[in-house]
Amino acid sequence: MENTNNIEKTEKKEEASTHKIGIYLWIWTLLFVLSFFSYMVDWYQFQGMLRWSLILFFMFLKAGLIMAFFMHLFWERYALVNVLLWPMTAIACFIFLMAAEFQYTLFSRLFYFVVGGGA
Amino acid sequence: MSEPKIDGFELKPGFKGMASDTASDQTMFKGVHWGKAMMWIFLLSDTFVFSCFLISYMKGRGSTPVEWPNPSEVFALEAFGVPVPLLLIALMTFVLITSSGTMAIAVKYGYEKNRKMCGWLLLATALGGLTFVGMQAYEWSKLIHEGVRPWENPFGAAQFGSFFFMITGFHGFHVSIGVIFLFIYTYKVFAGHYEKGKKGWFTKLKGDYVEIEILGLYWHFVDLVWVFIFAFFYLW
Repeated sequence: MENTNNIEKTEKKEEASTHKIGIYLWIWTLLFVLSFFSYMVDWYQFQGMLRWSLILFFMFLKAGLIMAFFMHLFWERYALVNVLLWPMTAIACFIFLMAAEFQYTLFSRLFYFVVGGGA
Repeated sequence: MSEPKIDGFELKPGFKGMASDTASDQTMFKGVHWGKAMMWIFLLSDTFVFSCFLISYMKGRGSTPVEWPNPSEVFALEAFGVPVPLLLIALMTFVLITSSGTMAIAVKYGYEKNRKMCGWLLLATALGGLTFVGMQAYEWSKLIHEGVRPWENPFGAAQFGSFFFMITGFHGFHVSIGVIFLFIYTYKVFAGHYEKGKKGWFTKLKGDYVEIEILGLYWHFVDLVWVFIFAFFYLW
């Protein structure tokens, strides 16, 4: 009986302990390296699709690392994680709506600058 | 952040756990301090605020037929007589990531009740944030001297200035508030408020090192927003 009690106690202690410092240092280093890479995208003046895809790739990787490990979402229960992440789909919808909108605005500006406005 | 335990109640992992947590006739976020849940909800709403700024920037930049100023020339800085593109912005990014790292480790030491280490790391975080705000002030004054205004600028499309001042200004405001709170909490940790069980913010309940994690969430969020601003405003 005493033995099992002791085991339970040690288990509880381990649960209360925090994550090892190594994981934070690793994520920290990764963030530095990724930031350096995204700076290099500008340094070497990549243009077009290559530039945009690299910027987005490094951005999402950095954002994911910060949220997952620095903000502990990786270790949180799904009830919290899902409440936080699903609303982001609304932002994605908004981006698509406004992307369509700015293309239309640009088109009508260019069109009426050339044709001239109405009466 | 560790696995919560509730007596006489089985907590399932994964999506099954999410369903039973949400349906349980108790608190929904098991093992999450109420302050932490509220900070997350605040950060969610703040995410929408910054998203609206960045989306309006996308629409403004996309819908003008006038050439957009080239950020890597506008934000270039002279170093040893040669213009280096985005030098100041790169330095600001590294300063903010550094302070985010010290914050994460401060949270860890806080939970381990290592008062001294937690305090020193919080102080380092605060100083990093202060450096960031200082560099931003320098960047703003430099651009204002060059004639950038919310309604005009010498580099290209007139909308550039208003989006620049609005987005970086709102972010800098967040950093400044964070720095103030970081200094307050550095004091609280060094003064041993959590060992003495002094009351926390907006409550008569005793304060605890979980407050450091809550502050950390805010600070990491500020860093997170900068990741997006760096990508969309400075690099795009």
